Amino acid sequence: MISFLFKGLLRDRTRSLFPLLTVLSGVVLTVFLHAWLNGSISSLIQSTAHFSTGHVRVMTRAYAKESGQIPNDLALLGIDTLMAELKAEYPDLLWTPRIKFGGLLDIPDAKGETRAQTPVSGLGVDLLAPESPEWRVLNIRQAIVKGRVPSHHAEVLIGEDLAEKLRVQPGDTATLISSTMYGSMSVANFVIAGTVRFGIVAMDKSTVIADLSDVQQALDMQRGAGEIFGFFADDLYHEERGDAVTLDFNRRHAFSPKDTLAGDASFSPVMGTLRTESGLADYLDYVGVFSGVIIGVFVAAMSIVLWNAGLTGSLRRYGEIGIRLAVGEDKTHIYVSLLAESLMIGFIGSVLGTLVGLAVAYYGQVKGFDIGSVLKESTMMIPSLIRARITPTTFVIGFLPGLLATFLGTAISGIGIYRRQTSQLFKELES
Amino acid sequence: MENSVLIRTHDLDKIYSLGLTDLKALDRITLSVARGEFVGFVGPSGSGKTTLLNIIGSLDVPTSGSAEVLGRRIESLSHKESAGLRNRHIGFIFQTFNLLPVYTVYENVEFPLLLQGMESSRRKQLVGDALEWVGLADRADSRPAQLSGGQSQRVAIARAIVKQPEIVLADEPTANLDAANSHHIMKTMAQLNEDLKTTFIFATHDEKVIGYLKRKITLVDGKIAKDETVEKTTAG
Ligand SMILES: Nc1ncnc2c1ncn2[C@@H]1O[C@H](COP(=O)(O)OP(=O)(O)O)[C@@H](O)[C@H]1O
Ligand SMILES: [Mg+2]
Repeated sequence: MISFLFKGLLRDRTRSLFPLLTVLSGVVLTVFLHAWLNGSISSLIQSTAHFSTGHVRVMTRAYAKESGQIPNDLALLGIDTLMAELKAEYPDLLWTPRIKFGGLLDIPDAKGETRAQTPVSGLGVDLLAPESPEWRVLNIRQAIVKGRVPSHHAEVLIGEDLAEKLRVQPGDTATLISSTMYGSMSVANFVIAGTVRFGIVAMDKSTVIADLSDVQQALDMQRGAGEIFGFFADDLYHEERGDAVTLDFNRRHAFSPKDTLAGDASFSPVMGTLRTESGLADYLDYVGVFSGVIIGVFVAAMSIVLWNAGLTGSLRRYGEIGIRLAVGEDKTHIYVSLLAESLMIGFIGSVLGTLVGLAVAYYGQVKGFDIGSVLKESTMMIPSLIRARITPTTFVIGFLPGLLATFLGTAISGIGIYRRQTSQLFKELES
Repeated sequence: MENSVLIRTHDLDKIYSLGLTDLKALDRITLSVARGEFVGFVGPSGSGKTTLLNIIGSLDVPTSGSAEVLGRRIESLSHKESAGLRNRHIGFIFQTFNLLPVYTVYENVEFPLLLQGMESSRRKQLVGDALEWVGLADRADSRPAQLSGGQSQRVAIARAIVKQPEIVLADEPTANLDAANSHHIMKTMAQLNEDLKTTFIFATHDEKVIGYLKRKITLVDGKIAKDETVEKTTAG
């Protein structure tokens, strides 16, 4: 019986082609959008982790309260013990200290007078140790545009766009004017070793990356760091493990109310996760909801189209249905067979749509889509090249609207057949 | 003989309500049809022939009175039971839209057997026999659109008899056919009636059909006006 229906579908193009195309296009869009959403979210998360919050990060309680202001006067001190503890207790994460700071970059001319000056956002990371996780985390070697990676103290990397704006080359000197953690003015001279492009507008336009020890010295933060980042080895954010580590760490470093009164609490370390620290928490929740909404919209839109197609289709098929009733097919059976037919179409359309959608998504994954011009003034940690990302879900997500919409569309349009008396139906069909 | 009666109606009424008024399409029809009959409901258009045929075929139900077909009370069958009755025991032939256009002649005739869930070698044999009967064995792979009107109607006859039903109901089967084709299909059905003892019931006002009937039940305004047995059959 199934093959009988299938033959009919294949031969009757008007019955199969239009619904198939509807399903196909809906599924292609769903698959593609899903991959796209995936891609932009995961790169947003990734770059936020790399540059802003790590997968988890440790700060002093006081620093944590206003971490957006980068209050280096409240930085962690004596980080060696803390680093040792983190590495020992949570060896599955890579731990690396960072100092973020703001300052002015001053470019001197031949006579030593200021030729150009601009505010920059600085990042002190461990650049000189060969085993530093930053090589992997920041992917510095790939990011180099001109020059080389720093190999000595007092060498820095600056964003390629910043270098262009200041018209500086590798080998030029630059003076960084900032303030120490105790509030006095700090002036340090650096040599530009190379320029970098991370593909994040906010970074490439304003970042200076220096070795941690140089920054510690310049800002008078010996053995200190504003934050210690922890990264999962696979560079993916694992929410459960992150929460567990955070909970465990914070329990170890919990302070009793008595200690709080003594005033020690503000400088004790506290850990936070990417989710809470980045302010992406709500955003990430939205993404889940949003994916659901997208699929819901497609299901609804496609169902309506298919419902209408089903209605005109069953008008066209009145004769057929009349014959089938007369030959002795039960109307329930007819209704079920209409559903079976539509599920076949839904299935085939979903398979084809998924294939096409994956092909487009794959192109988007390899090629990416440049939104740099949109982000010109952006300070968001969004890469200017957004890539689609195919995950296992991408392979199955299209079947949801594909099958559900054909099923709903036919179920609704076919209800007329089901609800009416056979005789009534037959009369209508006859006339 | 009492046990050879296939169809029995008693005081059967069919009333259509047309908004404010009612239309009595069938009025106290009492009749019986025995196995092997070749009988027709004749009468002018609107006299209730189709309505009566559809009730006997369990496509419709009486408003009051009873209709018993093959021992089943039509008025109390569920839609599943009535579908089963049609599928196994009653073949239909209509004036129009007789064939499923996307299927071949073979598949059209096979369809009732597929519904019965019959296994394929038996299906093949029965479909072959039925097409042989109506003289269309060589057109098994054609589509309905490729057939003439007469050929289409013969496929419909093959589909009606393929399941070897007790009863075949034919509603104006010659309405769209020329004289030659009308006689051709009537002869085919008369032959089937002779050879297989299949009971045929027609609804018609076509004199060509009436000429083949062995019994004429004349309906006028939903009432049986005359019920006569014809002594000799005119063949052609
Ligand atoms: N579904 C219906 N609703 C209302 N009236 C109907 C319906 N079907 C048939 N009739 C009426 O019942 C009467 C008998 O119709 P029918 O059985 O089709 O006659 P015949 O087949 O003899 O031409 C006609 O007056 C017709 O208009
Ligand atoms: Mg009629």
